[in-house]
Amino acid sequence: MAKTSRSPRFWSVRKLLGAAALGLLATASSQASAADPIKIGVIAEAQAIAGASIPQAAQMAADEINAKGGVDGRKIEIISYDNHSSSADSVRAFQRAVNDDKVNVVIASYISEVVLALEPWASRLKTPFITPGAASNEISKSVHSDYEKNKYTFHGYLTSAALALSVCDAAKELLVEQKHMKSAVIMSEDAAWTKPLDVGYEECLPKIGLKVLDHIRFSPDTTDFTPIFNKIEGSKPDVIITGISHVGVQPTVQWKNQQVPIPMLGIASQATNSTFGKDTNDAADGVLYQGVSGPDVAVTPKSVPFAEGFKKKYGNYPSYAGYTSYDEVYYIADAVKRGGSTDADKLVAALEKTDWEGTIGRVQFYGKEDPFTHSIKYGKGLVTGLILQWQDGKQVSVWPKEIAKGSLKFPSFIKVTAN
Amino acid sequence: MLAFQILIDGFAISALYALGATGFTLIFGVSGVLNLSHGAIMVLAAVAAWAAASVLHLDTYAGALIGVAVGMVAAFATYFAVVQPIQRSTRIANEEKEIFVLTGTLLWGIMIQELIAYFFTNNAKTVLPIVGGVVNILGVRTPKNEIFTAVMCCLAIGLLWLLVNRTRTGKAVLAASMNPRGVTLLGLELTRIYVVVWAIYGILAGIAGVLLGMFLGVSSYSVGPLTASAFSIVVLGGLGSVSGSLIAAFVVGYLETLTAYLVSPAYRTIPALLLLVAVMYIRPQGLLGRR
Repeated sequence: MAKTSRSPRFWSVRKLLGAAALGLLATASSQASAADPIKIGVIAEAQAIAGASIPQAAQMAADEINAKGGVDGRKIEIISYDNHSSSADSVRAFQRAVNDDKVNVVIASYISEVVLALEPWASRLKTPFITPGAASNEISKSVHSDYEKNKYTFHGYLTSAALALSVCDAAKELLVEQKHMKSAVIMSEDAAWTKPLDVGYEECLPKIGLKVLDHIRFSPDTTDFTPIFNKIEGSKPDVIITGISHVGVQPTVQWKNQQVPIPMLGIASQATNSTFGKDTNDAADGVLYQGVSGPDVAVTPKSVPFAEGFKKKYGNYPSYAGYTSYDEVYYIADAVKRGGSTDADKLVAALEKTDWEGTIGRVQFYGKEDPFTHSIKYGKGLVTGLILQWQDGKQVSVWPKEIAKGSLKFPSFIKVTAN
Repeated sequence: MLAFQILIDGFAISALYALGATGFTLIFGVSGVLNLSHGAIMVLAAVAAWAAASVLHLDTYAGALIGVAVGMVAAFATYFAVVQPIQRSTRIANEEKEIFVLTGTLLWGIMIQELIAYFFTNNAKTVLPIVGGVVNILGVRTPKNEIFTAVMCCLAIGLLWLLVNRTRTGKAVLAASMNPRGVTLLGLELTRIYVVVWAIYGILAGIAGVLLGMFLGVSSYSVGPLTASAFSIVVLGGLGSVSGSLIAAFVVGYLETLTAYLVSPAYRTIPALLLLVAVMYIRPQGLLGRR
């Protein structure tokens, strides 16, 4: 501020010097970029358990890659932003990350509403962007419907449609074949991600032999679940199929306190956190939930070392979005290496060719022709997800049987029967 | 069957609302303070009880007592750090003090809320119930904890009634709510009465918070809705009127429960808010308000 006026002669000298420097830069550009760090912006919900793991896991991956010399000599730098679970804060963080902090790529959020708000910004600012935990189908559908514009967005977690499939695949073996169950009630929170999830449930549950007796959607602000459980019990289902993420602790505790005699299986994001047992005072025992990994499940040889390393570093096991975030940093690094550049379009092209064995399985993205363009592929040999159950305060994998560490076990108030 | 269910659930939730609102209205009645950090104090008490049990591994009773104690400490902190400095300030005009107290306590509540989210995340926490299990009442499977909640609330409110009407301290508090100047003329120190009232308030809010943590669970997100619900119950009942608040708590509690069971849980709070608007039009002083 003090040096506002300068003599014309000073300026001309500066210009000359500048021109000379530019010339030097042009010849030495390859060397300069080799030393530049690869900057990854991480925007996440620092106060939520699911979100807090996102920057931590990303940092852990970056540290590991950097310890091995980085990517062609370039270090990975993580710049993280707390979005306070707000879409508006996330958009501001995205703009700051790209315009001020000059990040090359952004990893952001586990909330679909936030990711859907960021997607147009990834397009406008032409910055590759991957979500580690949101599920809405709309994220990758938008990429499919306007590829040229939205190709910068990647969906690094299963879509709601795939999540529903994963739950149905597991329910078929665990509930229909093993326990001879015949009916279900769907219980899901009213949010962007559960709309396609519920459509998926409605479609696949009858196919596996579970008749859908009722479908209850409730506000994510709900605190008293007594009327909801009461209504569900009234229709006498064999199982409650869940779709909950913003809520989790409260319905679980009330399910136990009220001794609702029906087992719960489905998506319950909060149950994926290792602190869920403590948060619910072990009311979680018996809850069955879908996950992409679990603390002691060797989905791939990388899963357990990551989970243990994370726990050693941060004191708790990662949330589901921690696993995906960790993998994302790795395959971004891999894409930069393969593409030989952090240029947005080249990076997108390289990311599309991702074939990375991460902690959650083998990660590949659906192509331009698939309806869920840029979403991770679901299926055997890729990412299938698994079903875990809280048993005696621990998360135990029960499906698929190749990696299961235990079998179904319910608290005494649960009646496992076919009505 | 459904009628009994509504009757039982409605009673527990109404009793909890009543306990939460009683302290809130008492403070207003006696010292003219609308404490907008009310929800934060309740949540803080519940989270403290949770942390004592889960993090420090104390038993449930010790956890609950710590929760109530933290509620009282938080109430004193609110009074001495926020309310009293504003009331004693010579730089704030007297007619502006009320609005300063409103804003001050609101910000104080947000600070507590953010600190809870920072240290304990914004995920919900639940306090392990002192009594577990269920009993069958008239065909309704009722958690014993729900009965415990209702009994504790009634007990706390009953004790408050005895304190106010049957003890010397209580009578002084009552007198201060009717005529503060008269009380000082009788040689009683008003500040001392305020401290007593804030202590009572802290205990009530602490108990309400811990019971809420056991019954439904709390998170840092509950702060706003809890303050709002106490505020609307108190306004509905008549600002400063304890018996009005009790009646209003049951009206709101049952209206919400009826809506949740008969219409949809998603619309739970709407009829009570509509009723509040209607009462404001027809009877601005509230059900039992003096004006």
